[in-house]
Amino acid sequence: MTHTAIIIGGGLHGLSTALHLARLSGWRVTVLERRHVGRHSSGINAGGVRRLGRDMAEVGLSMVAAEIWASLPALVGDDGGFRPSGQMKLAESDADMAALERRHDAMRAAGWTHEELIDATEARRLLPAMAPHIRGAMVVRDDGAANPMRTVMAFRRAVLAAGAEIIEGVSVHGIAPGLLVETDHGPMRADRVANCAGAWATGLAAGLGEHIPTTAKASMMMVTERLPPFCQPTVGSQSRALSFKQTEEGTVVIGGGHQGSNDLATETANVDFANLAHAARIAADIFPVVRNARIVRSWTGIEARTPDQIPVLGESRVLPGLFHSFGYSGHGFQLSPAAGAAMAELMARGATNLPIGAFSPARFAA
Amino acid sequence: MFQRTEPADCSIEWDGAVLPARTGEPLAAALLAAGVVRLRGTVLSGAPRGAFCMMGACFDCVVQVEGAVVQACMVAVTPGMKAAP
Amino acid sequence: MRVDVLVLGAGPAGMSAALEARAQGLSVLLLDENAAPGGQVYRGARADARGPGADQARAGAKLAAALAGSGAERRFGATLWAIEPGPVAFFSEEGGARRVAAGQIILAPGTTERALPLPGWTLPGVMGVGAAQILMKSAGLLPSGAVWLAGQGPLLWLYAAQALAKGGRIAGIVDMSGPRTAALWHLPAALAAPGYLARGMAWMGAVRRQVPVHRSRDLRAEGDGQLERVVIDGTPHPADTLLLHDGVVPNTQVTRAIQGCAHRFRAGAWEPVVDEWGHTSTAGILVAGDGGGVFGAAAAALSGRIAALAVAHALGCFGVEQRDALAGPLLLRRGRQRAPRRFLDALFPPLPPPADPVMLCRCEEVSAGRVREAVALGCLGTNQLKAFTRAGMGACQGRVCGPLLHSAVAAARGVDGAMVEPLRTRFPTKPLTLGELAALA
Repeated sequence: MTHTAIIIGGGLHGLSTALHLARLSGWRVTVLERRHVGRHSSGINAGGVRRLGRDMAEVGLSMVAAEIWASLPALVGDDGGFRPSGQMKLAESDADMAALERRHDAMRAAGWTHEELIDATEARRLLPAMAPHIRGAMVVRDDGAANPMRTVMAFRRAVLAAGAEIIEGVSVHGIAPGLLVETDHGPMRADRVANCAGAWATGLAAGLGEHIPTTAKASMMMVTERLPPFCQPTVGSQSRALSFKQTEEGTVVIGGGHQGSNDLATETANVDFANLAHAARIAADIFPVVRNARIVRSWTGIEARTPDQIPVLGESRVLPGLFHSFGYSGHGFQLSPAAGAAMAELMARGATNLPIGAFSPARFAA
Repeated sequence: MFQRTEPADCSIEWDGAVLPARTGEPLAAALLAAGVVRLRGTVLSGAPRGAFCMMGACFDCVVQVEGAVVQACMVAVTPGMKAAP
Repeated sequence: MRVDVLVLGAGPAGMSAALEARAQGLSVLLLDENAAPGGQVYRGARADARGPGADQARAGAKLAAALAGSGAERRFGATLWAIEPGPVAFFSEEGGARRVAAGQIILAPGTTERALPLPGWTLPGVMGVGAAQILMKSAGLLPSGAVWLAGQGPLLWLYAAQALAKGGRIAGIVDMSGPRTAALWHLPAALAAPGYLARGMAWMGAVRRQVPVHRSRDLRAEGDGQLERVVIDGTPHPADTLLLHDGVVPNTQVTRAIQGCAHRFRAGAWEPVVDEWGHTSTAGILVAGDGGGVFGAAAAALSGRIAALAVAHALGCFGVEQRDALAGPLLLRRGRQRAPRRFLDALFPPLPPPADPVMLCRCEEVSAGRVREAVALGCLGTNQLKAFTRAGMGACQGRVCGPLLHSAVAAARGVDGAMVEPLRTRFPTKPLTLGELAALA
């Protein structure tokens, strides 16, 4: 017997859910995407494949995802540009170093050992170009970074190869009782529906009377021209908002959660340069070598942020058969291969052993 | 090739060689008038490139002037200017 | 910093807009990336100009002189790199970034040459015809030695006529234009602008009497490290310079970066959607001159004045009746100037995309063949093409390759260009250093 599923949203979480579900026998899966796959934050995020610094509630799923990333070609036939080049969070002061030590203790106490505290000498060995004021760092050596759009395209191809259908250019207006998905091309029905609509997912839930509070965010990023290689790992700071990554091409992608403006209705987001200037300042403070590098593009993508900054992943409280996966709050890229697997198990079997308990939509029940 | 209709009034250095130039003209024009056609190799393949659009659009004429990376077509010659690939 | 009107670009449209806005009593900041006013058409314009194109040069010199005494604040060597809602603009000059809030912004960015990709076109020694004209205007350089021109369009013939009249030498011209029949439909409208076409025909005739003209689309540039020969229909000819031209396209680098600013595909190129005043679909942002659709310098100057009157009205200088009374004659004159354009557009539709081995994106070195492969894999547009190939992501930010990638994707998909969205641009639309940006924090 064949079951049907509609996945709303052609971002990475929607594609990953579709892929895992389509590979189970007996599922006919359709992805509905309003624009084109990877249009918003999925295709244009910083590409961090990071366990480092995760919320304790996310560490378990993040560890599962890391395993999948390490063998991504087995899942989607391409590595998505993933390189285990390391993730580092720098201490810029003694207070930063103390905070990293507390984090380190807390992680050990919880039984996690992947985050490693290193001193300034080792940090400088890993990052010869860093400024002299760095005191030390936390590092996950086999974390890394991938190419977001290449990853999206790999998932897209894999979804199609698994026999699922991706329909681009179709907008979903609402979900009605009976799992009726209302689109601008008419209603569609399925046995299971996944709400992977990113920043627009809260609105779809609200249409059913289900309150899941998210706000839209538009984290800004910029990229420089190609520079000679000087930095392998992805670098952040303990006390200042920074994400800093030199790509294989030599360009440097700089972000860190500095917010631009956004408008959900028109699906637009604008860079706020006075705000983005802070990211430039932090980057130039930590890597003086980039001070004269030229910025060639900046951008922002729209994403949903929950009040507790961990995602919503689980079955709807009000409409059985509808499953939510959104609200990744700016750090869902790494989680996507594992989150999609969890969603597929929930949708097909009603349960999963993957560690997603903290993400239940029920936590927002009044 | 290109020939001058107005005389040079100063000199510049290109990669150590002294070339005649005219104050205020685009650096790329001074180089072309002196027969310097190839300005750089691309980062990707090393393919040779020279001035192409002369209006700041194509970035093929990117050179170093006094340590700064500039478009040779958008920089005005000053006497004694030192430029290099 | 705060001004009533920010004008970008000191060509015919920008200078005229700044002058008109000053005449209506508005404070004006005029930015141009170049060291002197003029833009491309009026570059180095002198009041005593003679020969082909001299009427334009005299008009430009007059405009620049009036502007200097107008009280408009003029900043040359100033590069605008972002516009935010407000409107607020950011620009850099002398290595420092600046922020300016404006009542309204008039963009007069002009055009860029549509590149003409053919085998060997990335070799040093191969340039644009427009580039050679800039060398003539800004440095007095004339073609000499084995200089070839190839492609199509009025500027090619104007440049050849100008260069020959000043004593330059051209070895040959390769005319790549197509059959002329389609253009004849638009001839009656074109004839409404007397002088315009007649002058063009006269240039072409003068050039043909002095320079051999080959009619072919089979052209290659060859050489070891730089151009050494052109090969026309399989026959090599010595060459040290090859100047290519396939018309000009509106410079939409800034308007395409403004989220929600609508554009339309016309005459083989994207242009911002503007009303008769120059208003774009984004509040407070106007476009004047060829950046809003190519109609030539005289029409551009009129568009600049018309846009300034619309801004003066919006900022409360006068009511609708006075605006319409002041603008009425300008709108009529502009209509006559625009008349020949459809004829020229039909005469010179863009040349078809080149064969697979030819480079389309010079910065990221992406060939036409790789673009076609991406389309075969399901790539629908130029923005997805970036993910497939990195085409359009280099230092030029798509300025040169944008139209080429667009037409190659459309042709490979077998759809009209209007069906393929234009390459999205991103601020900063001109590179600025991290240090410059950091200084704004």
